[in-house]
Amino acid sequence: MSETFKGKSTSRRGFLRGAAAAGAGALAAGAAKAATPDPLITEPQPWAQGLGEGVDVTPYGLPIQFENDVVRRNVDWLTADTISSINFTPIHALDGTITPQGCAFERHHSGAIELAKEDYRLMINGLVDTPLVFSYADLERFPRENHVYFCECAANTGMEWAGAQLNGAQFTHGMIHNMEYTGVPLRTILEEAGVKTEGKWVYVEGADASSNGRSIPMEKALDDVLVAFKANGEALRKEHGYPVRLVVPGWEGNMWVKWLRRIEVTDAAVQSREETSKYTDTLEDGTSRKWTWEMDAKSVVTSPSPQAPITHGTGPLVISGLAWSGRGAITRVDVSKDGGKTWETARLAKPGEKMALTRFYLDTTWDGTEMLLQSRAMDETGYVQPTKTQLREVRGLNSIYHNNCIQTWWVKPNGEAENVEVS
Amino acid sequence: MSKFLKFTLAAGFAISATAVFAGEFGLGRPALPEEIAAWDVKVMPDGRGLPEGSGDVWTGDEVFSENCAVCHGDFAEGVGNWPKLAGGWDTLDHEDPLKTVGSYWPYLSTVWDYVNRSMPFGNAQSLSADEVYAITAYILYSNNLVDEDFTLSHENFTEVEMPNADGFIVDDRAETEYPKWTGEPCMENCKEEVKITMRARVLDVTPDVEEAEAAPVEAEPVAVAVAEPEPAPEPEVAAVDPALIEAGEKVFKKCKACHQVGEGAKDRAGPQLNGVMGRAAGSVEGFKYSKALKAKADEGLVWNEETISAFLANPRGYMKGTKMGFAGLKSEEDQAAIAAYLSSFAD
Repeated sequence: MSETFKGKSTSRRGFLRGAAAAGAGALAAGAAKAATPDPLITEPQPWAQGLGEGVDVTPYGLPIQFENDVVRRNVDWLTADTISSINFTPIHALDGTITPQGCAFERHHSGAIELAKEDYRLMINGLVDTPLVFSYADLERFPRENHVYFCECAANTGMEWAGAQLNGAQFTHGMIHNMEYTGVPLRTILEEAGVKTEGKWVYVEGADASSNGRSIPMEKALDDVLVAFKANGEALRKEHGYPVRLVVPGWEGNMWVKWLRRIEVTDAAVQSREETSKYTDTLEDGTSRKWTWEMDAKSVVTSPSPQAPITHGTGPLVISGLAWSGRGAITRVDVSKDGGKTWETARLAKPGEKMALTRFYLDTTWDGTEMLLQSRAMDETGYVQPTKTQLREVRGLNSIYHNNCIQTWWVKPNGEAENVEVS
Repeated sequence: MSKFLKFTLAAGFAISATAVFAGEFGLGRPALPEEIAAWDVKVMPDGRGLPEGSGDVWTGDEVFSENCAVCHGDFAEGVGNWPKLAGGWDTLDHEDPLKTVGSYWPYLSTVWDYVNRSMPFGNAQSLSADEVYAITAYILYSNNLVDEDFTLSHENFTEVEMPNADGFIVDDRAETEYPKWTGEPCMENCKEEVKITMRARVLDVTPDVEEAEAAPVEAEPVAVAVAEPEPAPEPEVAAVDPALIEAGEKVFKKCKACHQVGEGAKDRAGPQLNGVMGRAAGSVEGFKYSKALKAKADEGLVWNEETISAFLANPRGYMKGTKMGFAGLKSEEDQAAIAAYLSSFAD
């Protein structure tokens, strides 16, 4: 490369802060009028004179350098190390509904392994007529389907039970992604082996060292579960279970077993570590709920939010966010600017789809006063996303999992936002 | 439909007189009994799946100390952020309950199953059935659930009572929550006043995002047309290429779960690595090395670029029986980078 144009590597956030200060003043005066000609227009710029990169410079592309901050992030203190850990999707910086694989959150129990298609085997055994072994190539010969589904970790927003804790939508709500999966219905594979009448559950496990295993009732297994090998049109990433993962629509992410290697038909739940000691929800009286598989309706404003402040001053403002439900399609999202006193119904970018993220917008005008921004999702069952107070009344503070409370962002007159709790 | 498929379809129905379903595609092949035995190791609460065997508390103490204590503590009390396996009795209805095997786990089968299939961390499926019985017995002992002379076996396994066995209810949200939170929600005058009751900034536990952003994403330095002054080489590492050390720091991320290096480095699942280059193998005091490593040390193994690269290229091939649960570094560049990186840490 003969010419390299290198922009000033200001952090995006630093840039935004500067812009916020400038913007607020400039726009308060009404529609901006340029005092002097803009050199970006009047002077030829390097990119308008020289040449850009040829094809093939990057056979598989990554986002342009200016988007370097749109990445997964970890919260160090949450886990003992990064091998058995989780990170967060930068939902504050994304739009639409599909999560690019490269920034979709990761959750491993013994690290992201590299398992080649040639070395891949899927076994189905237990209460079946014929225990079978499939190769990857075998799976590609079954009729396949495409579906968009969200995958949410049951612990998403789990750090917020006791109070407002993490300052950013990425950290409070980023244990979620939404992809278009290509795969074979689990039903097809179960039928191929022949399920015996006493088979009431399937136990699914992964090929990694943790061999994360979960029990799924037969009714769900025969309903909409997918044995998936593509996401967003391309192979799964290793961190998401390449070459094959399970997709369990609407149910907690821990059940979406990665590197799926075995499906066993059983007469009872196995009661594995992940469905007893973890992913059970302790109530105030010390008893714990188990088998809380479905993810209840939930939403969050992704912008403005602490990592995505308002940088343009008063005037037109797009309030945007995501809504989803594990029990069906989102039918409505309401937004409040005053901490829940009054609500306006937001516009859904398109009608909600079952067990998939729905994008909502509230196109509004900001007068520069502070806002306590909230969003409230409703799904096709008529369920309304509860407040944190409502959730705590039923569950106390120790549930860890399944926190689907209404989130509040305090947007200040300078455009910055903060995670808060309100009365 | 091809003749082949018709044939398998017919055969499928024939096999499965009592079946709900029958194979339609004739894909895959029958799983062999040895294959099923190798992968189907799950253990059910009623003891189904347990192999024959036994282990006592004292043996468990030893095996635990050797394989588990580095993360879970000598008394199963947990080290740092790693799981605590003992204690926490009667805390489930308190603020921040402590959930351990003794205070929370409803089934002993889960302990056996998990230790057997997934532990030790980084060296899964390396324990014998008797060792798993012994570890399980020791965890029970650490929780005051059995006496010190207790022996756990496949025969008395289901007799052990777990304190929180009755502490679980099946998801009842459909009864306790959904009716409450269904219906047309309030749109106006929903509250009289709203006050901020808690702020995340006050707590200040959010990772420093700007620091993360400042980290260079591109590994390769971008070509700059105008010559910039070369950074002055660090005197103590003058012999080693700084770029290689930097590359090694990145590769070392793969090692970090078990090894620490640098100021204040401590032994974790693996020994601390300050001064490892040029040092006799197995010489970190207090670290419990594997027999395999001790044997190599007795033969006079010294860690240097050559030996450490050979070890890292294929840990289990180089040292059969090593406790290091690491698949290996295939790339010679990565091996050299690690050697350079580790060389930059003297004792």
